[in-house]
Amino acid sequence: MSGTQTMNKIEVKNVFKIFGARAEDALKLIRQQKAKDQVLAETGCVVGVNDLSLSIGSGEIFVIMGLSGSGKSTLVRHFNRLIDPTSGEILVDGEDILQYDMQALREFRRHKISMVFQSFGLLPHRTVLDNVAYGLKVRGESKAMCAERALHWINTVGLKGYEKSYPHQLSGGMRQRVGLARALAADTDIILMDEAFSALDPLIRAEMQDQLLELQKTLHKTIVFITHDLDEAVRIGNRIAILKDGRLVQVGTPKEILYQPADEYVDRFVQRRVASL
Amino acid sequence: MFPKNFTFSIADWVNGWVDALVTHYGDLFRHISDTLLWAIVNLEGLLRMMPWWLMLAIVGGIAWHATRKAVTTAVIVGLLFLVGAVGLWDKLMQTLALMLVATLISVLVGIPLGILSARSDRLRAVLMPLLDIMQTMPSFVYLIPVLMLFGLGKVPAIFATVIYAAPPLIRLTDLGIRQVDGEVMEAINAFGANRLQQLFGVQLPLALPSIMAGINQTTMMALSMVVIASMIGARGLGEDVLVGIQTLNVGRGLEAGLAIVILAVVIDRITQAYGRPRHGVGK
Repeated sequence: MSGTQTMNKIEVKNVFKIFGARAEDALKLIRQQKAKDQVLAETGCVVGVNDLSLSIGSGEIFVIMGLSGSGKSTLVRHFNRLIDPTSGEILVDGEDILQYDMQALREFRRHKISMVFQSFGLLPHRTVLDNVAYGLKVRGESKAMCAERALHWINTVGLKGYEKSYPHQLSGGMRQRVGLARALAADTDIILMDEAFSALDPLIRAEMQDQLLELQKTLHKTIVFITHDLDEAVRIGNRIAILKDGRLVQVGTPKEILYQPADEYVDRFVQRRVASL
Repeated sequence: MFPKNFTFSIADWVNGWVDALVTHYGDLFRHISDTLLWAIVNLEGLLRMMPWWLMLAIVGGIAWHATRKAVTTAVIVGLLFLVGAVGLWDKLMQTLALMLVATLISVLVGIPLGILSARSDRLRAVLMPLLDIMQTMPSFVYLIPVLMLFGLGKVPAIFATVIYAAPPLIRLTDLGIRQVDGEVMEAINAFGANRLQQLFGVQLPLALPSIMAGINQTTMMALSMVVIASMIGARGLGEDVLVGIQTLNVGRGLEAGLAIVILAVVIDRITQAYGRPRHGVGK
């Protein structure tokens, strides 16, 4: 699988993220291999991401997995710089996005990367159509173009006839389809999905997973998918990264994760899955 | 008994400061005062010249547009008719003009300040105690310097009213913007919305119910200042209350007092109706 990837879309090199006022002191401690709890006790700082490096290939669905608090949502927000790292490098298409000023960052977010959120993040005062067109409108596309693209994606995700509805009139699954359509309408190479299906019930979730895989067959986007559910990860991921306490524990194809778990932590995930089968 | 050698007074210092302000910037304040006076006088002239039935029709129209309820609209128009019927129409218009100008200035100052304070925690930390002072300081205290700077009449009345009435609007604008869902803000950020797109596309529309509640509070507080305003020479309903007190004419005072209450109810119902979301946005 990884042999077919010609180039890396996203590259993360030695990224640290530390939350708190004394981030510099905490960084020194963590570089001396001190544990997360010890850093917290000594500096009052929380370690979000700890010396993490990985690369994500163009056109793959890359799943980042971990328990809550493992830093996966923090990590994914580094890719579009909703969060800036304390230290480290982040390259997208070979460009160092940490060097971008506000203007360049805005252009980057408008054209290259979009995002789907766990609790949807829809605009409650706008219709489904306006919500889906949001990314296009923000970057200044014409009204006709916004409406045409938005309608196309509303139909594709199966929400035909709901254009004029407001988000509060829709069910959870439908709202997340709006969120997905919004990200797809922006037509960016990269889509970040932060626990996008976690708030949905199991049946709708499976349906959304199928839809995502179906779409990916024709779209070939680079999708970074966050989840805490190994079943979901195995089902949709080309590769899976497992995080614990902000550290990368293992990266590999679903098979590698299932049959060669790197340590006891990964093994526990896998065992639970086997037990539930 | 408090020991003498610990006491001090800021009175002389403040007096000197106000004196200097009056001497050096008197012309500037006179100029502001004249401009403001011109605006109020014209608005007041317009409102008083307008035939009473036209005024009632306009208020009725606004009430209908805001509430979409026939009964509420009829009650609002009927109450205002009553005020006219007891012979206080002219005074009502004077008070309304004063209040409209004070509210307009409060909105022009309050909403931008609220937006800035929602953006910066530091500004908020400075602003909030200042707003506390503005709301709790007895109005006569700042009326003295305002009178020295602007003279007697409508202009100082407006300033006193704005100082008292603007704080709730600033607070509620700040609160409304801060309460906008964090994930919605994150989402529009992730799609590359700039500051203006964030403010006008999302923050202000979502904070609108809170901002309208602020405007509602501002108008209510402005109305509660009309009697004090009349003490420094502003005409209107407050004047009748004042005369009622001075001549022990309880009836006349009560009539004017009720007219103020009616004006308050009318404005309250209309601004509250505009604050309600239109298509049931909510949880």
